[in-house]
Amino acid sequence: MSEPANSIVCNEVFKTFGVGDSMVRALRGVNLEVRFGEMMALVGPSGCGKTTLISILAGLLQRDEGELAVLGTDPSALSNHERTVWRGANVGFIFQQFNLIPQVSILENVAVPLLLRHHPKRDALDRAAKLLEEVGLKGRELTRPNKLSGGQQQRVAIARALVTGPRLLVCDEPTSALDGATGQKIMGLIRELTAAAERVVIVVTHDERIYHFADRIAHLDDGRVTHVSTPAEALAESAQRMGDAAKRH
Amino acid sequence: MRTIAIKMLFGDTAKFYGILLGLSFATLLIAQQASIFVGLMSRTYALIEETPQADLWVTDPTMQFVDDTKPMQVTALQRVRSVDGVGWAVPLFKGLLVAKLPSGARQICDVVGVDDASLIGVPARMIKGDVSVLRKPDTIIIETRGARSRLAQPINPANPTGPKRPIEIGEELELNERRAVIGGIAETKPTFQNVPTIYTTYSRAIGFAPANRRTLSMILVKAAPGVSVTELRDRIARETELAVYTPDDFAWTTITYWMTQTGIPINFGIAIALGFLVGVAIAGQMFYNFTLDNLKYFGAMKAMGATTGRLLGLVALQGAVAGVLGLGLGLGVTSIVGLAIPGDKLAFKMTWHIPVIAAAAVIFIVVASSLFSMRRVVQLDPSEVFQG
Repeated sequence: MSEPANSIVCNEVFKTFGVGDSMVRALRGVNLEVRFGEMMALVGPSGCGKTTLISILAGLLQRDEGELAVLGTDPSALSNHERTVWRGANVGFIFQQFNLIPQVSILENVAVPLLLRHHPKRDALDRAAKLLEEVGLKGRELTRPNKLSGGQQQRVAIARALVTGPRLLVCDEPTSALDGATGQKIMGLIRELTAAAERVVIVVTHDERIYHFADRIAHLDDGRVTHVSTPAEALAESAQRMGDAAKRH
Repeated sequence: MRTIAIKMLFGDTAKFYGILLGLSFATLLIAQQASIFVGLMSRTYALIEETPQADLWVTDPTMQFVDDTKPMQVTALQRVRSVDGVGWAVPLFKGLLVAKLPSGARQICDVVGVDDASLIGVPARMIKGDVSVLRKPDTIIIETRGARSRLAQPINPANPTGPKRPIEIGEELELNERRAVIGGIAETKPTFQNVPTIYTTYSRAIGFAPANRRTLSMILVKAAPGVSVTELRDRIARETELAVYTPDDFAWTTITYWMTQTGIPINFGIAIALGFLVGVAIAGQMFYNFTLDNLKYFGAMKAMGATTGRLLGLVALQGAVAGVLGLGLGLGVTSIVGLAIPGDKLAFKMTWHIPVIAAAAVIFIVVASSLFSMRRVVQLDPSEVFQG
């Protein structure tokens, strides 16, 4: 089967949590296409379904309805075990709070995804050291995460996300725990290291200052993708909204 | 990944030491109390261990344990000797008598009277003197612990409560108004009653004891060459209607008495149970909290492709490492305590069963707390990693 042109295709994807009075419709028919080599930002107000959508795309949650293809596979159609294996082979994660294990060195932290897949230790550590060099942390390999700044910790998290060579990189608010300048550097690094035709990057963010790193911006509201824009259009829309709000006040 | 799991355990210093402390303290309590219990129980049959020459012990049928002497008629000895298959049979006297010490103080002593001719029953390890001294008139042999402690004499006779020295060969005691000269000092196993033991000949012992028609406490029997000990036991019992025990049976009869007729096992059992509960409460709780603290990292690992089985393996490894270290530390401290405190002060005997029991308790604590921790890992939803 040939590789589809789009790395991600969502067609009327629905997701509901809970039942009865406590039921929450997190996704109400999401339609989205993301091409290989593209960095797509998911933006929208809190509770609009961004986290649910990336969780489904990354194979952490299963959709209830709709069609889904991620890297040519519908992860929701896989068994739990198959999805776990699929994630390990195809998805890299960058978390908002880094989630680095504090008791071990950053070298070992970066090697964790490989070691979890029973990769030979020596080779895993070599690859981790190479990635740390690429993110500018050469010479700090044996440092514990808590001895690093927030920006440096996020660099370690980037190295960890990329160490398995994933084709899908999922970034959840990667700059929210960082100051503006560091956030710009981190996004620049992500952009630089993930620039590959066969890779796709999904970034969930509230930070308009990093919109320009994305190729396209998908706007979510109330569980749907309302529209997809360029970063410039998204910034213009944002400025328009702020102007309107200022006039109202 | 195993190294990282172990580093996670060691790296959380406060919890690791808490887990280690809980497990080692539980091990210490369980192993130490069990060792003291076994030590005490083994002292109840010290006389049997000190008399390895006998194949069989013959006693009054109502006798319940070694120290529960119920004297038999002396004719019992002849009846036993007449049983076919008996190689030799010798009398043994055992009884508590009050000794008057050179200082004038009085001390209860356990007097053991052995066969005048063969001297079977005298301790094998003589520290001073020789067993043959018992052939001299009025002579006794005492054991070294008694010589150093309860039979010790004041250095200054004018100050009987002052510093003391061990009683020595040549010094005299009075047993029931009769002169007894110390002719030797022997090394013996501590006894449960913890009173000085005096060895002398049977005829001299019954002379020391108050007049009684029945003086024969026990009969030691050796089977003739080629005769089955168990068959001989049954034959003697059948023909004499006396109780006949092999050394092991006699020791177990004694232990059973103390186990069933006294509160000793309950007291030690409570202490051992407390040790176990301490382990569950401290180590189990700490280990569970340790896993909870690391749940977000396990969640991230799950997101990154770790199977639940792989994560459970890591939790099990962490539990096993903590268990082995806690057990080792606890047994080590128990052994040091046992070795450091003199045997006459602390009845301590660590048989191979005790580390096995302590290990079983630690395994239970670790497995139980690991299972609770694993439940959280199994239930962990990897999508929670995106929830900050």
